[in-house]
Amino acid sequence: MSTLNAPRIRIPRSARAGEVIEIRTLIEHPMETGLQGPRRDMLTRLLVRMNGETLLAADFRNGTSANPYHVFFVRMERTSSFDFTWTDEAGRSARAEARVTVG
Amino acid sequence: MTTRRSLLALALLPAAAATADDALQAAIRDAVGNAAITDGGITLRAPATAENGGQVPITILAESPMTAADHVTAIHVFATANPTPGIATFRLTPLLARAEVQTRIRLAEAQHVIVLAQMNDGRVRRATAEVRVTTGGCLT
Repeated sequence: MSTLNAPRIRIPRSARAGEVIEIRTLIEHPMETGLQGPRRDMLTRLLVRMNGETLLAADFRNGTSANPYHVFFVRMERTSSFDFTWTDEAGRSARAEARVTVG
Repeated sequence: MTTRRSLLALALLPAAAATADDALQAAIRDAVGNAAITDGGITLRAPATAENGGQVPITILAESPMTAADHVTAIHVFATANPTPGIATFRLTPLLARAEVQTRIRLAEAQHVIVLAQMNDGRVRRATAEVRVTTGGCLT
């Protein structure tokens, strides 16, 4: 399995207990639908886990822009680890990790 | 102007128009089954005019406490006039602080964007927004 270009995550390093934090993700990907071009090359999924539990799972179809960008919000109760995985139709993937300290 | 053009398109190409609508309805039924869909309880923020149809920023925000007992399980996004109607599906969990997702979508031409929020009790809520596009999104 080959690797996609390094994704970018924007997430605070620390938060107060109960604080809502914003998480932004961006990954470089052409998202070629193949409708007009010679070949299809689409990212299909982003899975975000928090302390091993699924937080958000996104499935992408043709109308998702190139270089998919996503923002979502989490309420922090304790120090947590985040794990982001993107996969495309060719079986390539990218991973990123982050840790947010509470207290 | 858009309405007049759509009407003209409908008059000239009834078969093609019906096919696009069928594809949209099929995509919606595929996402939420036969659940009744009601308007309200969800907001879709999108620009009235997008300079670049290839990167149209949208925000979807459903009203929900996001607790284990009462939360949004999925947000589905559709385009009414793209070559294929599907944009994305987001599976949400109560670990999220609110039922809000921001993303960027592709729109081939001026059209409506439809978002649906599925609640854990089976209800489905809908919001739509009309977006004009200056330069059509490259859907290659």
